[in-house]
Amino acid sequence: MKSIEDKQREIIEDFSLFDDWMQKYEYIIDLGKSLPLIEEEYKTDEYLIKGCQSRVWLRAEIKDDRVYFKADSDAVITRGIIALLIRVLSGQKAVDIGGSDLYFIDRIGLKEHLSPTRSNGLTSMVKQMKYYGIGLQNKETV
Amino acid sequence: MTAESTLVKHRPVIESRNDFPILSTRMNGRDLVFLDSAASTQKPQMVIDSLRKYYSEQNANVHRGVYALSQTATHLFEQSRLKVKDFIGATSEREIVFVRGATEGINLVAQSFGRKYFKPGGEIILSQLEHHSNIVPWQMIAEEKGLAIKVIPINEKGELRMDVFEKMLSEKVQMVAVNHISNALGTINPVKKITEMAHRYHIPVLIDGAQATSHCAVDVQDIDADFYVFSGHKMFGPTGIGVLWGKEKWLDAMPPWQGGGEMIQTVTFEKTTYNELPFKFEAGTPNIAGSIALGAAIDYIGQFDMTEIHAHEQALLEYCTDKLSEIKGVKFYGTAAQKASVVSFLVEGTHPYDLGVILDKMGIAVRTGHHCTQPLMDYLGIPGTVRASMAMYNHMEDIDRLAEAVTKARLMLC
Ligand SMILES: Cc1ncc(COP(=O)(O)O)c(C=O)c1O
Repeated sequence: MKSIEDKQREIIEDFSLFDDWMQKYEYIIDLGKSLPLIEEEYKTDEYLIKGCQSRVWLRAEIKDDRVYFKADSDAVITRGIIALLIRVLSGQKAVDIGGSDLYFIDRIGLKEHLSPTRSNGLTSMVKQMKYYGIGLQNKETV
Repeated sequence: MTAESTLVKHRPVIESRNDFPILSTRMNGRDLVFLDSAASTQKPQMVIDSLRKYYSEQNANVHRGVYALSQTATHLFEQSRLKVKDFIGATSEREIVFVRGATEGINLVAQSFGRKYFKPGGEIILSQLEHHSNIVPWQMIAEEKGLAIKVIPINEKGELRMDVFEKMLSEKVQMVAVNHISNALGTINPVKKITEMAHRYHIPVLIDGAQATSHCAVDVQDIDADFYVFSGHKMFGPTGIGVLWGKEKWLDAMPPWQGGGEMIQTVTFEKTTYNELPFKFEAGTPNIAGSIALGAAIDYIGQFDMTEIHAHEQALLEYCTDKLSEIKGVKFYGTAAQKASVVSFLVEGTHPYDLGVILDKMGIAVRTGHHCTQPLMDYLGIPGTVRASMAMYNHMEDIDRLAEAVTKARLMLC
């Protein structure tokens, strides 16, 4: 398993190939479309992170000391960014997730999507992911 | 046209764009296309100059100092009140209360009027089209005083069901509060008719005019409602200033809402007597600069003929509707016969947020989401819409850019 650090570097490299915003967003949209859907049974209020613009569902499972995430959104660009976050954080050690610095978002020019003013649910989702990392290391599923 | 109005030489509406400095800036590297005027309009140079001039040459507190500067500020402030009075056809400046905006105006009426007159078991009638600002203040007082909220439904075009409204009226109803123009769908509501029907039962009426004042001539005496509220920032004025107009008989009878300086006559620890109208409702130092600049915005609008503004916006509305309907999968929300220059739509297979993100990248400012009308969106069964809202300064080219961008976004997203 590659580290959070390595994965971020990989993504930054991938994104450096794009010449303009359109290529970048087409890629994110493709990622969004290819992200495995969260099972319908988990698309409930319990797993819902409310954003005013788009909605996000997040579910975490703990195996050994690692956390596995599944997430979904009703907006495809939000889903694309979720796919990136999952690529970086899912399967990592709980302690690493809790203390991670997700600088890649800024570096690939998507920081605006994680600003609370966008109210697309992503800011709260990242907070929640870290919270699972920090706080829920002893539970099987959350 | 009367002999008098032919004497006034109005500027052509199409010229107005050049008066708004922000409209020649860029967003994300593209010439800005601003289509979110229903959220807040841009400001003409005249208004910007007014704010600058106030703070550089005229600033002092009002109604207090004997020195010349304070008197100038007071004069300009009260002058602005007179401009507002004429702008909406009020009978007296005593009926013009400066507030922060439509929201504060509605809260003031709900709290002050509601506290005094609302009786348990009564009803407040709102409509399915209301902005949260014209829902929540009523819910708060309704809960406190034990009233029920009733909602006028809409038809498939987004027009109020007046037949149902008629049946909802009864002696139990203690307030009718509806908007003049819907911010989410653009529906222009028959406010004069609504008022007349409510008054048959002696029910007071509040009209939320936030979306109306920059798009059509408002005459509060003609509408004859009891209260009319609007926001300066939606009519080319600054943020943080708005107006509550109320019939003097009500304002006189209503208790003050907030206490403080300005609103008092004499204060002792035993008893305070209140200032006269409208100051009774203006506690604390008011937004002096904002009020004066709102006067400048009214002067600015006065350079144009409201009929021509309306005609220009209707042409934009029609063009926008036509252009967007050429794009596959576009569905409109709100197709009222009487409609302001607001186009709410969705593109099949896309989420409004995604569309908004792509449009932003192309320099196009539209609003996406529920537009502070969640009950309306729930009723329509959608998470929100993309809303393009036009003002007098928009040109047909803005619509071309929008249509081009939506076409491109659709290709990317679908
Ligand atoms: C119909 C309507 N009512 C009320 C408001 C609230 O106005 P403000 O936020 O300026 O008080 C708005 C603003 O979006 C509106 O569109």
